[in-house]
Amino acid sequence: MLYNEAGQFSTSYAGERRLFRLRQDRYALALLLAFAFVAVPLVGNDYWFSAILIPFLVLSLAGLGLNLLTGYAGQLSLGSAAFMAVGAFAAYNFGLRLPGLPLLASLFLGGVTAALVAVVFGLPSLRIKGFYLIVSTLAAQFFVSWALTKFGWFSNDNASGVISAPPLTIFGADFSTPVGRYLLTLGVVAALFWLGKNLVRSELGRNWMAVRDMDTAASVIGIPLLKTKLLAFALSGFFLGIAGSLWAFTYLGTVEPHGFDLNRSFQVLFIIILGGLGSILGNFLGAAFMVLFPLLLSNLAGLLPVGLVDPAQLENLQKFIFGALIIVFLIQEPEGLARLWQRCRERARLWPLRY
Amino acid sequence: MFKPTFARRLVLALSLSAAAFAAQAEPEQYFPLQSYRVGPYAAGGTGFFGGFIDYLQYVNANGGVNGVKLTWSECETEYVVEKGVECYERLKKGLNGAPAAATNPLSVGIAYATLDRSTADKLPLITINHGRTDSTDGSVFPYAFPLQLNPYSEVSAIVNYIGKQAGGLDKLKGQKIVTLYHGSPYGKETIPVLDLLAKKYGFTVEHVEVPHPGNEQQSQWLSIRRDKPDWVILRGWGVMNPVALKTAQKVGFPANRIIGNIWSNSEDDAAPAGAAAKGFISITTHPSGTQFPVLQGIKKTVVDAGKGNLADPKRFGSVYYNLGVVNGILNVEAVRIAQEKFGKKPLTGEQVRWGFENLKLDDARLKALGAVGLVQPLKLSCADHEGGGAVRFQQWDGQKWSVISDWVQADRALLRPIIEESARKYAKEKGITPRDCAKEG
Repeated sequence: MLYNEAGQFSTSYAGERRLFRLRQDRYALALLLAFAFVAVPLVGNDYWFSAILIPFLVLSLAGLGLNLLTGYAGQLSLGSAAFMAVGAFAAYNFGLRLPGLPLLASLFLGGVTAALVAVVFGLPSLRIKGFYLIVSTLAAQFFVSWALTKFGWFSNDNASGVISAPPLTIFGADFSTPVGRYLLTLGVVAALFWLGKNLVRSELGRNWMAVRDMDTAASVIGIPLLKTKLLAFALSGFFLGIAGSLWAFTYLGTVEPHGFDLNRSFQVLFIIILGGLGSILGNFLGAAFMVLFPLLLSNLAGLLPVGLVDPAQLENLQKFIFGALIIVFLIQEPEGLARLWQRCRERARLWPLRY
Repeated sequence: MFKPTFARRLVLALSLSAAAFAAQAEPEQYFPLQSYRVGPYAAGGTGFFGGFIDYLQYVNANGGVNGVKLTWSECETEYVVEKGVECYERLKKGLNGAPAAATNPLSVGIAYATLDRSTADKLPLITINHGRTDSTDGSVFPYAFPLQLNPYSEVSAIVNYIGKQAGGLDKLKGQKIVTLYHGSPYGKETIPVLDLLAKKYGFTVEHVEVPHPGNEQQSQWLSIRRDKPDWVILRGWGVMNPVALKTAQKVGFPANRIIGNIWSNSEDDAAPAGAAAKGFISITTHPSGTQFPVLQGIKKTVVDAGKGNLADPKRFGSVYYNLGVVNGILNVEAVRIAQEKFGKKPLTGEQVRWGFENLKLDDARLKALGAVGLVQPLKLSCADHEGGGAVRFQQWDGQKWSVISDWVQADRALLRPIIEESARKYAKEKGITPRDCAKEG
């Protein structure tokens, strides 16, 4: 009833091609954006901004980056964290070495650098596939963290190899408060998701899907494999690079190379597996699951009376529950949370009259 | 007539519970504890936070700080930076109206990540025996306190000790030292200062990294055996330490030529290595043992009453536990000193910061606390957030640590210019105007 699409016709080609063809979808999105940009900053507190919303947004973006590569173009990768690290350290160095460079420009350049590095490590994808490709991207993971540790120049010769965020100002406005950092992250993430959503509907996106489904067939119908695969690596690297800089600048305010270790890559991979491969919305759902559930469990555990359960055991218990939840979700819906959401939508279309 | 009675009962019950709440709401000072009890560093976390919590309980049992009771709650970080940040944000507001006094994450990574936040939120960040070295300069880092011993002082004291063993610092010329460090900000912190000391005294130094968490060190120790250094400085943490000792034995490097740093100095570092650890030397700012009056007090009022925080009572008096007690003493003393200025009530982080900056522990005060020999005399100021800088050396005899040296002082005059320069560089990068310490009261 509420989700009725009857009577909505496209009368122009532009209408046919728009991102959200259903009026309800557009309204919902507008409401959601208004909520995120206006209502949340008004009602949220420091804890929500700094500990929940910012990491959630950044990990969603990282998920999108990997989803372009793995979910859409079908290239398995375990180098996500490495590309995030490249983005973060490059953005830091651009800001440091080119005084006067605006913050957003250094974020962008950081993303471009990560894209270039990703292309280099994507080259083997032309000859090797599947699990073997994982090994090559795993090399990126180790090489990048080694290089960033080995050469002090990358961290401006900081004794501990740690970089710290530059002042977060854009056009003179200060974004260093928790709310400011949230809005900055949200703005960048929203813009990049808009870009990502359009990318996967473009010719390039369709080429990616063709390559994913069968690259021999794709090449037979004239899709250039070299270009398509490398562009997938480049764009994925770009998104991951910007996610890395946001992680360092707006979330932690500081980062060391080991902050982007293999575990982070796995985390991003789990986000897209849980959220849904080849889905844009799934990145948000997966990131929400990975960020929110452990926090929810830990906050719930905090409500238990002190001394009831040994703190160390309580901590391990939370891990058990979280692991069990992952298994339950994957058994229930192997295609990820995005598919679950899609099924809900399909039901909503019929509700309340099933015919 | 059921309803009125019920309503009356309800009112009565509500007013009673309100009265109970009012009785509970006596002034309290809150300590947010970013603790870690699981993961590869759980031994350090449980010991340290166990000692810290037991000391807070002990203070409460003796009437609190001038009548202000202490309260705390824990949040598990697993030594992971993001979790530490989340815990910081969760706990910084205080608990049931009790304001937070200071944070003690006991993790360099978390300390780095919460440094800016601490300054913005005006909440002292205590990094006892570790932390960012240049935060010793309080004019640039008003809220960070690497109490007792910062990493540079630690290395300098070790080099002074090695010099003494060689028969004078001038005899260091031509010696070869290897540092085996944990691959983390904490481990890397001392590389530049060791290079500097090597240049000054003419010894050669080799830095060898062990990736986190450090349970595989074969290749590192093989290369050390090839180099045949005179000394190995072990900058380890957690599981890396016993593995280092065992691997050293396997490649035939003598344990009494390995000097453990301040985070390689506990029973949990040496004992798991078994016989391989015998002869292993390490530095310490505080001895292990239970003979100090304050520990006896804790034993009587807290542990024997069944309220002790340690799961394994045998660890009472161990190095990590005693460090937690020392940390508790320093935190509580800062609160006490701040109360003299701001009044005997729960204080804000900003006020407690003043207490830390004016922290002064002389022998008389230490005697009153029952902590002579456990805590070194300490005096902090706006410019100096470290205060001590002396260590003693101890040796593992296979069962326990025994102290083998008197206090060895770091060459703090030599280190000060480096610290100031590093702090200035940080201030420039972040656009901070340093405070003028001459004007601080």
